[in-house]
Amino acid sequence: MSQVIHHDEHYDPEGSKIGMWLFIFTELLLFGGLFIVYSVYRYLNQDAFHLAAEELNTTVGAINTVILLISSMTIAMSTTALQKKQKATTIVLLEITFMLALVFLINKYFEWGIKFDHGIFPGSEYMKEEMSQGEILFFGLYFVMTGLHALHIIVGMVIMGFALARIKNGTVHENRPSLLENAGLYWHLVDLIWIFLFPLFYLIH
Amino acid sequence: MQASSKIPTDVSYLEYKGKHKGLLSWILSTDHKRIGLLYMYSMMTLFLIGVVLGLAMKFELIAPGKTIMEAKDYNAVFTVHGVIMIFMIVVPGLPAVFGNFLLPIMIGAKDVAFPKLNLASWYVYIAGAFLVIASVLFGDGSPDTGWTFYAPYSFKTGTNMLPAIFGAFVLGFSSILTGLNFIVTIHRLRAPGMTWTKMPLFPWTLYGTAWIQLLATPIVGITLVLVSLERIFGIGVFDPALGGDPILYQHLFWIYSHPAVYIMILPAMGAISEIIPTFSQKHVFGYKAIVASTLAIAFVGYFVWGHHMFTSGMSGTAQYTFSILTFLVAIPSAIKVFNWISTMYKGSINVQTPFYWAVSFIFVFMIGGLSGLVLGALATNVYVHDTAFVVAHFHFIVFGGVGFAFFGAIHYWFPKMFGRMYDSTWANAGWLIFTIGFLTLYSPMFYLGMQGMPRRYYDYLEEFHAANILSTMGSWVMTLGLVIILINLFRSAKSGAIAPKDPWNGKTLEWTVPSPPPVENYEEIPVYGEKDGPYEYK
Repeated sequence: MSQVIHHDEHYDPEGSKIGMWLFIFTELLLFGGLFIVYSVYRYLNQDAFHLAAEELNTTVGAINTVILLISSMTIAMSTTALQKKQKATTIVLLEITFMLALVFLINKYFEWGIKFDHGIFPGSEYMKEEMSQGEILFFGLYFVMTGLHALHIIVGMVIMGFALARIKNGTVHENRPSLLENAGLYWHLVDLIWIFLFPLFYLIH
Repeated sequence: MQASSKIPTDVSYLEYKGKHKGLLSWILSTDHKRIGLLYMYSMMTLFLIGVVLGLAMKFELIAPGKTIMEAKDYNAVFTVHGVIMIFMIVVPGLPAVFGNFLLPIMIGAKDVAFPKLNLASWYVYIAGAFLVIASVLFGDGSPDTGWTFYAPYSFKTGTNMLPAIFGAFVLGFSSILTGLNFIVTIHRLRAPGMTWTKMPLFPWTLYGTAWIQLLATPIVGITLVLVSLERIFGIGVFDPALGGDPILYQHLFWIYSHPAVYIMILPAMGAISEIIPTFSQKHVFGYKAIVASTLAIAFVGYFVWGHHMFTSGMSGTAQYTFSILTFLVAIPSAIKVFNWISTMYKGSINVQTPFYWAVSFIFVFMIGGLSGLVLGALATNVYVHDTAFVVAHFHFIVFGGVGFAFFGAIHYWFPKMFGRMYDSTWANAGWLIFTIGFLTLYSPMFYLGMQGMPRRYYDYLEEFHAANILSTMGSWVMTLGLVIILINLFRSAKSGAIAPKDPWNGKTLEWTVPSPPPVENYEEIPVYGEKDGPYEYK
């Protein structure tokens, strides 16, 4: 254990922030690959993408956008509260962020559920018989991209969970805020990606 | 958790007794040196599996028709050989083993920036390796798509593709984490006074490589995810039956997998750039040119992927562009070769095993590189596309380049890693036999490819017989050389003569610490003065 103890003595908030930013680059490129695929097929199937987008519920999408924007704000406020040594406020704000993430997922669940009820899911017979290839591609990408995004929401919630636990037991505090700050950075990324997904699937007609 | 634990500075990392004992003291250690060796042993094991598969392929090709296996077994063998060798050996190879072991020491740090993440990367690596191995052992037949997992076959074939594809994805993740760790380490933990232009060249190449790992790997990650989802759910993006485009898969795959070649070769060049000044006892020629060419390779290498697809269907403009960019990469690579040669010029050359490896590296790398220009040129590419010529080319670069540099590096840093010297006579004999075998194995493939023998077939026309026999015999000679090298190293690690601190009179920082280094590397972090530098020979 002594080895580990030593490494813990080395604390470099600047370093861990650089590390998080680098990781965010990789995440952007991960979605970047999907954005390339999306733009290629959007270009090739403009009418079908237009038609398929009508199926999506813009209201639910907009609500989820607002939820994520607010959650980005609350986690940023939580970070500031930690800097100001307001532990209780930090915790409450982080819990609110966590709950907002959960609400986002619940909305997503119902949204997907309705699609499934209508027979819209990858590999469904209904899609193969009733839809054009462009529409199949649209929904294929819709499920992959929003699904991967939902996975990132879940990962973000796990990170927040760790941050919460460590704020509560006192190992994350105003002098060692890296975990919370990085959770915040990651959460903004998740938010940012949604900001792009929302118009691409729901708004562009 | 008390901070009282004083780590002794006179006990080497090999003998240090931490909290755990035996195997646990290795697989739970966050010491970058132990992690480096963990990688080395795991890679050695996987490499031997890959070698056996390679030997099996060459044996199958000793005569036309079926020799020892059916066509579908041959397909599985070259697929698994490729996946192991690319994703588990040459991509992580030098960074994971020598980068982990040496990067912190060479820049004057006690460890990498994130030691726990470093250990986690090894676990991720092992998980990926197990997934790929599992794809062979379980399920309905071994993967048979080739290591490129080309669509649509990769989601149409009935074989056990998912674990293999997911394994490659997981291995990519390990690669990203290592790259991330190294970038932060280099930015944050260089010794005081070690400015960017005083950093040794091996860390520089690790830096270039780390950026490619970081920026290219996610693309293949998402591509492999998409192809898996295509296989499970039929989302359509690569399936022509649903409107998708398999060519798009090829683009996305090569956007990573060509830069991956530079992930492999840059640290190899870095190791060579360390060996040559040491054994020439001379300041490296054109330090800044080597650094600039490293970054140039990393940058331009990003935009050449299309040369893998000249026959797949691309517009003429795209073809010209990719061809020109491919030629551009040759320039920084050639600059490096000129620098290495110029470093030797008028140096006091000390001919030792690592130097042999370095010189033969330059030789095979040049053959590989120049044959790469044949493939980068449109007219000749169409002629030799998908022939044995391509196989010869990339084995000269990937195995000749990375493999020779790896063996050079291990013979160079072995005394530092294990604190013992190896038997030079055996090491040199191993090198000679290996090199002869290597050239005999791969050179005939250039000829075979020019004559039109396609790659990835278990059978061939009678007229290719003689050259194939020669090539197969080469594979035996090379394996003999490999066995000699490995036995010599293993024996020496146990019972070689005790190595001094600086057996080669090297000037980089790793030669200022004891061999093997203590757990903490440095009692006090070294400081670089105004006149200090990594290659200051008088």
